[in-house]
Amino acid sequence: MKQGILSQILDYANRANPYPLYEELRRTPVFHDGEGPYVVSTYHEIHGLLHDPRLSSDTRNRGAAAGDPLAGQEEGEGQLPPSFLKLDPPEHDRLRRMTNRPFGPPHSPRRIDGMREELRSIVKGLIDGLADGRGGSVGGDGIDLVEQFSYPFPVTMICRLLGVPREDEARFHVWADTLAASLDPDPDADAEQREKVTSSARMELGMYLAGLIEERRKNPGDDMLSQLAAGHGQGETMSTMELLSTAALLLIAGHETTVNLITNGMLTLLRHPDVLERLRREPRLAVPLVEELLRYEPPVQLLPQRTPLSDIEVCGVTIPKGAPMWLVLAAGNRDPQRFENPDRFDPDRKDVQHLGLGSGIHSCFGAPLARLEAQLALSELARRLHNPRLLDDPPPYRQNAVLRGPRHLMIACDDVRP
Amino acid sequence: MPESELESLKSRGRIVVVGASLAGLRAAETLREKGFKGTLTMIGDEPYEPYDRPPLSKQVLLGMARAEDTALPRRRDIEAEWRLGVPASGLDMAGRRVKLADGDEVPYDRLLIATGVRARPWPNEAEGELDGVFVLRTRADGAGLARRLEAGPRRVLVIGAGFTGSEIASACRERGLEVTVAERADAPLVGALGGVVGAVAAEMHREHGVDLRTGVMVTRLEGDAGGRVRAAHLSDGAVVECDVVVVCLGAQRNTEWLAGSGLGAGPRGIACDAGCRAFGITGIVTDDIYVAGDVARSPHPLFGYQFLSLEHWGNAVSQAETAAHNMLSDSAGRRPHIWVPAFWSSQFGVNIKSVGVPTMGTEIMITQGSPAERRFAGVYGYQGRIIGAVTFDNARWLDFYQRQIEATAPFPPEFSNVDRRPEGGRPVPADFPDPSVPTHGPTVTLSGYSPADRRMTFTPARN
Ligand code: HEM
Repeated sequence: MKQGILSQILDYANRANPYPLYEELRRTPVFHDGEGPYVVSTYHEIHGLLHDPRLSSDTRNRGAAAGDPLAGQEEGEGQLPPSFLKLDPPEHDRLRRMTNRPFGPPHSPRRIDGMREELRSIVKGLIDGLADGRGGSVGGDGIDLVEQFSYPFPVTMICRLLGVPREDEARFHVWADTLAASLDPDPDADAEQREKVTSSARMELGMYLAGLIEERRKNPGDDMLSQLAAGHGQGETMSTMELLSTAALLLIAGHETTVNLITNGMLTLLRHPDVLERLRREPRLAVPLVEELLRYEPPVQLLPQRTPLSDIEVCGVTIPKGAPMWLVLAAGNRDPQRFENPDRFDPDRKDVQHLGLGSGIHSCFGAPLARLEAQLALSELARRLHNPRLLDDPPPYRQNAVLRGPRHLMIACDDVRP
Repeated sequence: MPESELESLKSRGRIVVVGASLAGLRAAETLREKGFKGTLTMIGDEPYEPYDRPPLSKQVLLGMARAEDTALPRRRDIEAEWRLGVPASGLDMAGRRVKLADGDEVPYDRLLIATGVRARPWPNEAEGELDGVFVLRTRADGAGLARRLEAGPRRVLVIGAGFTGSEIASACRERGLEVTVAERADAPLVGALGGVVGAVAAEMHREHGVDLRTGVMVTRLEGDAGGRVRAAHLSDGAVVECDVVVVCLGAQRNTEWLAGSGLGAGPRGIACDAGCRAFGITGIVTDDIYVAGDVARSPHPLFGYQFLSLEHWGNAVSQAETAAHNMLSDSAGRRPHIWVPAFWSSQFGVNIKSVGVPTMGTEIMITQGSPAERRFAGVYGYQGRIIGAVTFDNARWLDFYQRQIEATAPFPPEFSNVDRRPEGGRPVPADFPDPSVPTHGPTVTLSGYSPADRRMTFTPARN
């Protein structure tokens, strides 16, 4: 092989379309080239491993000599203890259970649905903004859908969910942007300078959240942070440190991913104008369409932090205890052994049990919110943008190969409908 | 080219389904899905179209759903002729007819038997007829019991702490009702999951305020002058005053109507091959009679080809689909029903699930979590392999254990995994009671190797 397939996948030149590489990768369901990670790319194997208690999400279980090109690339949460994304049971289960209490059924079955109107009005405001932003000439130099829509939307949502006061939202956006940028380093920029900016943003965000938690302990509201801070007695209360890392997890896990889902969604629709037109006429298509999108262009392309606690055998390959593993969700989602015509975008697909939100105990905590956000955003964009078109295809992508998505999505349209 | 027998069956054959049950309905839907255009007759002894049973011991008793609203959702229109409220009373295999209790006869080209099971009644008939004594199996049972619980009885007595009995006790406590549970074995669920897990279940009962009496039998139910139950006498001499009694002594298979028909049917069910074709008592498989659901017993390759009967929702659906497929296939197109047993129960706020055949296990090892926290996974071992698994509030891992069972992975397990606790380091005896002492409600019954089993007393073929 000219260049190792993993370095090709990480190579920015292949960001716009990694799918042919995934196809090649699937020919070796468990790929290992000597010192790198064990890379699993077929659907059934990934699904099995996500339900396998011999795998840990806690990278402290990795062997010392583990060679993973992605290790250390993502930014840690600084001084904070690991969030439940990176913990195993029983700590994972305890923290996730407590976080779920004010978020979803059985204790809070109406939280997400109760946010529907709020989501609608945020979407409305942002789309209205697309119209007046450029002095009425909507088509003019084009609209960057990422900057003007996909990016601000999820942060505003998380603020409302956590209960960040409106007057502080602008500050919150700045910190969130800085942290998100650190997930996507520009290789040419001054690394030291960037690290300084990032760590001071993290620090300020942490201090801000700590202050807000104090405030909510004194004057609780019905937001999630107040309820998490209040806890539930009998060891079911989070420490302030745990609360901080959980709040940071919700912010980070729910940000970049949702941005990419919405942007990928609009890009895919613009490449399939017939589907876009159907969505305009039948907004209910948004529900199956978002599922198909999570299969076809998943915002989280691979999970890089699983480690086996014993030697395990997958497809005849023994993966040794402590070795780094990657589970390539995006490759599994296009596995022809699992999906008919996997490279076809088909929102009418009946059988669409994708891996886009993970599976097993770590499956996406924010899934109901993520789905609702994307459904509302895409159906409203389809309804209101008149004759939208892509100005740049493929669009420029972010560096990040894991949280993959366009950095900008330049579009034009004739008008924004009311 | 002349029409094949199969093609004529598909276009204008007569298929009769006895048992308007979950299995019956899913089979009928599958038949239509696979292009069966002939006549389809659904025979059911209850006056309603097929309904779902699991909610009857859960949501219905909590007053969260009405028994009348448990009708099964339809996957498609089955265009059937319904003969409801009339039980089948006999089978003429040679003449290919089902006899009905009202004297009518229904001819068939293919027959599917899905008559399921019924609740085992209280053995003393007069006591069983006292007002306030219930079993729970049918929709009418569920509605009646729910109405009585709604009225706020002073104390409910549940006889038998299998899954159904435990779920009823849990629902009663959730409604704030006083409840006593009497169980012959040393703990609840022992028959299905063994003593180690049973001990956990016993703690759950007691923590939730159930008055649990184990190692006792109810010897007598006593009524008042008005014919209403007022007390139960236990084998240890105790008397429990109660105004509702729920008898949960497990199930009996509905096979009596087949007596003398020549089919391999008996108290343990109807023997069929892995393709769902029923055996005659001669041990020869029939070609036009199929069996599915709780009433079927079939040899399972993963479990030493023993005949298993599974009272499981998922098994009923899958077996019904296989039976329907095979009814419309030639011999090369038939496929086996290979179902790894699996069931679930929810009680006292805990979701209990199991795969495989725990009842075959001689040892158990807790691999994840801790029974003390009511969150754990355990595997059962039999002759050095993993044969079953159980989870309490830990169901997301069950797929893994199912694959271990399918792969006949070694026991005790050789791997390390997340959430292994110190107490989970080694296997302990699973502690199933001696099978000759009946307990209440295992959901998998191992019923020997032979199709006709205990009924092999040879009866000459009639003709
Ligand atoms: C389209 C948007 C999203 C996608 C594609 C996505 C995808 C994922 C995936 C693949 C995982 C599994 C990680 C693993 O197994 O290691 C995950 C976990 C998680 N997600 Fe999302 N996510 C999205 C949106 C959100 C949102 C909006 C939130 C917060 C409100 C959120 C919160 C989380 C959390 C907390 C976890 C960790 C769960 C655990 O470890 O138990 N996600 N997500």
